[in-house]
Formats: sequence, C-alpha cells, structure tokens
Amino acid sequence: MDRAQAPSPAAAPLSPPAVAADSTATPVASLRGAALSYGDRVLWQDLDLDVWPGEFLAVLGPNGSGKTSLLRVLLGRQQPTAGALTVLGHPPRRGGRHIGYVPQQKSLPAHTMLRARDLVRLGLEGHRWGLPLTPGTARRRVDELLESVGATSYADVPVGRLSGGEQQRVRIAQALATDPRILLCDEPLLSLDLQHQRTVTALVDRRRRTASTAVVFVTHEINPVLGLVDRVLYLARGGHRIGPPDEVMTTSALSRLYGTHVDVVRVHGRIVVVGAPDAVPVHHPTGGPNGGGRP
Amino acid sequence: MTPGAESGGGLAARGEDGIWQQIFNFDQYGELLGLVHGSLLAGALLGLVGGLAGVFVIMRDLPFAVHGISELSFAGAAAALLMGVNIVAGSIVGSLLAAAAIGMLGVRARDRNSVIGIIMPFGLGLGVLFLALYQGRAANKFGILTGQIVAVDTPQLSWLVGVSAVVLTALALIWRPLTFASADPEVAEARGLPVRGLSLGFMVVLGLAVALCVQIVGALLVLALLVTPAAAAARLTASPVLLPVLSVVFAFVAMEGGILLALGSAIPISPYVTTLSFLIYLGCRLVGSRRARRARPAAVAGSLPDGVKVDT
Repeated sequence: MDRAQAPSPAAAPLSPPAVAADSTATPVASLRGAALSYGDRVLWQDLDLDVWPGEFLAVLGPNGSGKTSLLRVLLGRQQPTAGALTVLGHPPRRGGRHIGYVPQQKSLPAHTMLRARDLVRLGLEGHRWGLPLTPGTARRRVDELLESVGATSYADVPVGRLSGGEQQRVRIAQALATDPRILLCDEPLLSLDLQHQRTVTALVDRRRRTASTAVVFVTHEINPVLGLVDRVLYLARGGHRIGPPDEVMTTSALSRLYGTHVDVVRVHGRIVVVGAPDAVPVHHPTGGPNGGGRP
Repeated sequence: MTPGAESGGGLAARGEDGIWQQIFNFDQYGELLGLVHGSLLAGALLGLVGGLAGVFVIMRDLPFAVHGISELSFAGAAAALLMGVNIVAGSIVGSLLAAAAIGMLGVRARDRNSVIGIIMPFGLGLGVLFLALYQGRAANKFGILTGQIVAVDTPQLSWLVGVSAVVLTALALIWRPLTFASADPEVAEARGLPVRGLSLGFMVVLGLAVALCVQIVGALLVLALLVTPAAAAARLTASPVLLPVLSVVFAFVAMEGGILLALGSAIPISPYVTTLSFLIYLGCRLVGSRRARRARPAAVAGSLPDGVKVDT
C-alpha cells in the first residue's frame, strides 16, 4: 500500500509546537510506530506522534480513515495493531480521570431523564459505585462548571429539550469536570450552526490556554478550528501527514496523501479541498473504526 | 372455598347487589384487614422495588424486555406449581434465564426486541403446557397470571423480603454508574465504566424484580408496577432524586390501594392495581403537558462567560 509519509524533517513530530514554550515539558501522549488495521485494511501505520500540554491538535481525514479509532486507542478502549503508546507516561488505561471526552454531537434521546446539571455531575462522579456521600461539594463544583461554559441559565432543563449547541456546551462542562490533562473531542461540531461551532471551539481553546490541557480534536472540517490549531494530523488511505496547517493543508501534501490530484484553495482565510476522493469504502468489522453509525 | 362455590357466590351477588357490589365490597372490612397485613407488607416492598427498578426500565428503554421476562417467569412458576416446589423460586429461575438470554443476545435495541419476541411466546407456551398438566386448584393457576393477595403466607413473605433486599442493595450499589451507562453510554465507556457488564448486571436485577412482582400482580400485569409509575414520574420531573422518589410513591399507592380495594371483593387484585397505576399516569401526563406548554425562559444563545474569545 502506498503511503504518504511526512517528507521533511521540519514536520517531524518531535518538535513541540509554539504553545509548549516550556522546553522541559513532556508529551501527554506519545505514539511510536503505531498502526491500526482491521484485517487487510490499514487505517494508519508508522504513526509517530507526540501530543504536548496545551497543544491543539486537529485530526482530519475522510470517513473511515481511523480518526475515531485513534481516540479509542488513546482512551485505552482499543489496542493498536503495532507500535508503542504511552498516555500520561503510562500505557493507556481505561477510564483515567485525566482524560476528558466530548462525543459526537447527536441529540440525547428524549427518554434521557436528566437535566443539564445531572449530565455534568455524571462526568464528576458517575463512575463511582454506591450512593453519593458529599452532595454539597459536588453541587458547587457542578455549578462552577456550568457557569464556566455559560450554561447556568438552562442548568435545570432536561437535556432532551436542549438545542444541539446547548448540549455540546454541557458536554464540555462534563468533560472538564475532572480537570483533565487531555481533552479528546470526537466531531463535536457535527450538525451545529456556525455560531455554536464558534462557541464550542472557543470554550475548548480557552481550556487549553488557561489549563494547558492538550486537545485532540477530530473533525472532518478544518475551517471552524483553523485559527486555533497548532498542528494537523491528516489521515487518508492508510497514510498520514503531521504538521502545522500551512504545511499539511496544501495541494502537494494532500495530493501525495490521497495519491491523486487534489486542489487545496484558500478563499478569504478559509481552506477548501477540491477533488479529494470521498470516504474509502468501509467494511466495518464488529465495533468498527467509527463505533456507532453516523447520522 | 372451592372454585365452584366461589363463582356460584359471585353469580348470586350479581343477582342481588349488582356488579358494583361485586367490585367494591367493604363488608367486614376490619376483620379482613387483619388477615392481610402480610400482603400489605409485600405490597409496600414491591412498590419500592418496582418504583426504583422502573426508573432504569424507562431510561434504558426496556418495557418490552420486562414483558418478555415476566412470561418466562410465569413459565417457571407454572413448572414449580406442577412439580410441587416453591413457586417463588420457580418464577425467579424463569426470570433469570430470560433476563440472561435477553441481556447476552440482545445488546443492540433492534436485536433485543427480536430476541424478546422469540423468547416470549416460547415461555408463555411452556407455561400453558405446565398449567394444563397441573391437576390442583384452578385458583392457583389463575393466580400466577393475574395475581393474588391473600395467598401471601409467611414462607412466601420471607422469600419476598430476602429477594427484595438483594435487589435494593444491588440497585444502591450500581445506581450512579448505571445512570451514567444508561443515559450516556459513550462517555461512560470513555471513563472506563464496564458498560456491557452493567447492562448484564441490571438485567439480572430486573429479572429478580420481575419475579417478585409476578407473585402479587401476576405475570400479565407486571408492567403496571415496573413501567407505569416511573413513566408517570418522568412526566413530572427529570431530577435524579425526585424522579425515583415519585416513582416509588406512585408504585406504592397503586399497590397498596389495589390491595385495599380488592380486599372485600371476589375479583383478583390486578385490575385494581393496573387501574390505579394508569390513572396516576394519566394525571401526571396532564400536569406534565400543561407544564411543558409554559415554555422555558429563552436562554441567551450567544452569552458566554468572560474570558472566552470567540474566533471570527
């Protein structure tokens, strides 16, 4: 399988981005020669990637290119087929409180009998067994979190009655409940309008600037996060390319990655990719690369 | 009293006092009340168990599973009746088998519904077979399907108390992770919760709860205790504290009210319980929809806390 690999040393993953000014910083997640494949189909391989504290890394690529699977690997829910991986200095463990997770935007079902504040509270202590013992402390923390995303006014509204944008704000408060050092976002902007896309990305961006939380942001659309990302990991056809958006989102880089001519055009500060082959034919085995179906 | 005499009495009563006298009869009520304190205790327990387990039945969208489990619970009880062993134990075995099968074969909602649809008639058929082979009192047969109250004796009551204690302890232990896994499985899994294990665990708890309810309200009407009260409560509130409390109160009122109303009559308890349960649901629906019509104060969509810079 032909693979487009990062050609220049400038794009080598070892160079920390500008945000991690502290040169002694250690990466929060580190992959070496990592690969993931389902049977014959290679999603990605030879992936060397360091994610630094405070970094905003966007993961792009067509459907079925293994973006969501990469998050599953970082969460310890899936083993890479090859290579070494550490998260916060250890092999990934399931359910660390230091990893926040914002799932794909999709409406919570109507029979979800929870209010916005309850969803946040689950992020805080939903993993604990037994009945809650310190309700006062938890309530105050939940109030703080809701306020920090501007969701106080609908804290007591059932989540099923919130709009998609409101739900995603609550989701971010939920993911930040345990004060994580890594924030993994899986297409959090899907089906949000422009205003809400901006709100959600601004909240994520503030978190990494104020708390040095690393952000791994899976998206199929770079423009909403273009002004914020430090680096892009572009996955396609079993290959990948890592680097600042200006290096990765170019006609030559993406053409090599896709193995066919792709035009990358900049229009009014937005990036338009023309001619990229659509989703690779996907034959998911059980629990395939994207987990659940896409809307 | 033999079944024949019972129905004869019923016919006579219909002739003299009319049908209402047959449905609501409070003659010698005080004396009767003294006889059923065991049933009232059982009813209170079932209200607690049904109300609490029902919260997750609604949240996990499992009403059909409850129905499926109850049919196999019926088959288990009928088998126990035929073999002359403990009926509660029989219905628990049936319930647990069904719950395990549904839990393991039906992970996704669509698979689950077909699994239930396949198991249910099989269970019901087995139950009918066992009852047809049974040579004892007809009232015993009827009781498994439609419920009974006076039949709650001391050994049966201690079974009910023991199993209820197991169910309530298990629910208290898994309450928070189960809420997380039910409402928000993706994030719960990302936080390392054993979502599938919790799902199976809850099916076992649900199997026990169904087996308990079958004893009193009968296999056909378990939904009135395990679904309706929680669904009614969900019409009024989404608070994780108030919802289970209301659900328990509703199940308790339906159960105890049903027992007290059924006491003097010759009719099984189940219509009283199901009717009360349904009326409570109707009331909650009415109140809930009136409340929903008053729209919530519009949130200021663009408002963001200080320090958040929106990129334009």
